[in-house]
Amino acid sequence: MSEVLDGYEQWLKGAWLTLQLTVYGSGVALVLALVFGLAGTSRHAWIRVLNRVYVEFFRGTATLVLLFWFFYALPLVGIRLNSTMFAAVLALGLNIGAYGAEVVRGSIKAVPRAQYEATIALNFTPLQRMRRVLLPQGFALMLPPFGNLLIELMKGTAIVSLVGLTDLTTVSKNLQSSTGETVASFSLVLVIYFVIAQILQLFVRFAEARVDRMLGRRPSREPELGTLAAGAPGAGVAS
Amino acid sequence: MPPTDTTPEKDAAPLRGSAPGIRFEKVIKRFGSNTVLRELDFTVAPGERVTLIGPSGSGKTTILRLLMTLEKPDGGLIFVGDDPLWHMDRGGKRVPANQKHLHEMRKRIGMVFQQFNLFPNMNVLRNLTEGPMRVLGVPRDEAVERAKGLLDLVGLADKIDAHPSQLSGGQQQRVAIARALAMEPQVLLLDEVTSALDPELVVGVQDLLRDIARQSDLTLLCVTHEMTFAKDISDRVLMFDQGQIVEEGPPERMFGEPSEQRTRDFLQAVLAT
Repeated sequence: MSEVLDGYEQWLKGAWLTLQLTVYGSGVALVLALVFGLAGTSRHAWIRVLNRVYVEFFRGTATLVLLFWFFYALPLVGIRLNSTMFAAVLALGLNIGAYGAEVVRGSIKAVPRAQYEATIALNFTPLQRMRRVLLPQGFALMLPPFGNLLIELMKGTAIVSLVGLTDLTTVSKNLQSSTGETVASFSLVLVIYFVIAQILQLFVRFAEARVDRMLGRRPSREPELGTLAAGAPGAGVAS
Repeated sequence: MPPTDTTPEKDAAPLRGSAPGIRFEKVIKRFGSNTVLRELDFTVAPGERVTLIGPSGSGKTTILRLLMTLEKPDGGLIFVGDDPLWHMDRGGKRVPANQKHLHEMRKRIGMVFQQFNLFPNMNVLRNLTEGPMRVLGVPRDEAVERAKGLLDLVGLADKIDAHPSQLSGGQQQRVAIARALAMEPQVLLLDEVTSALDPELVVGVQDLLRDIARQSDLTLLCVTHEMTFAKDISDRVLMFDQGQIVEEGPPERMFGEPSEQRTRDFLQAVLAT
């Protein structure tokens, strides 16, 4: 075990790369999720088609295969991505972004129709409806599934070990083969992934608490289904 | 007939004058195979207060929703003032309204909903200022002042920073009324505004609406099952059944000696509950 722990500098470097991939990948995924998710709520059919094409294609392809395609196939058709890191971020972002787009679309659709009607009665423009009312309320519904996707993306970064990047998984494999400490190496990497997931979950909980405050709700320790019906008549009425 | 008492009281919030009338011409509305309004004709005079009564499914709320552009008619014309709501003139021809026309027409109309429909992501002040600032272009300071005046009017000045979820149903409905008035509508639509309230909260909201009706010259269309309230607030009552007006008249006659059997049956059923 001590030999495995002696490689702490490698572990730190691996963890740092995993974190970078998670942050950059989730950034790309968030932008794509918002763009294509909102496209899915458009009243124009051709814009909704963009959403369907993106979601169905990238949700239906394996992230690892997508990464191999960017890494091995794309250069053969004359397009060389700047770095392996960039290819990995793109593959992760495109894949998780497709799931995220469905979360965004579903959350916006789940905002009570009465809220939409109130924005019409107040004569809001379509952009104002989305920006001021539907998106902020939809965001409260998006957060828990976004938390899941963030952790999913973090764990998914392990695929970069197959294209030569030295992330946590690569470090664990390297140390296992150099020290022969199979159980210690792979146990430790499991724990590190778990700790990172818990830190990410803390961020999500923090964001949920902020949204609770925005909606005038007392933050609950666990999200309750009933509180998700933002705008539902009488939801959370003070007794 | 328009009301004669339109003089605002001293402490009244500033409400707009010279309200437009409303005219329905052979308006048809269907939901699937169900025809809710059948070539409906009726007129509301400028500043008139009209209450629509009738059994569920008779088309009362649909009329309000058509006026608020929440539903699109399948036939006929609706006028607010001199202008068609769902149509516009282009090259001498009457064509379906575009979004710009609807946006202009909606400026004249406000609506208070049965379920309040306040924005839970905004506090009370923002609920009242967001529309005037973003839609009407009112400067922030002016919008805040107007909001404070309206909160005074509805008796909730101390709730300015509260969130809707921190208010009771009656308080939420008062804020919703203030929010509708903040947009300075000329026509106000009230859709069963006390139906979702606990009985002890109904009277307060009704009193507020009576005050507003007395102090302003808004054209007012009200759907309610509260017959005493309808009697107090209305210049005229329209009895609906199956998308048609069965009977209409001043509230005293409609509630005192209705001429149609259908109206008598309806009133008997409502008063028995």
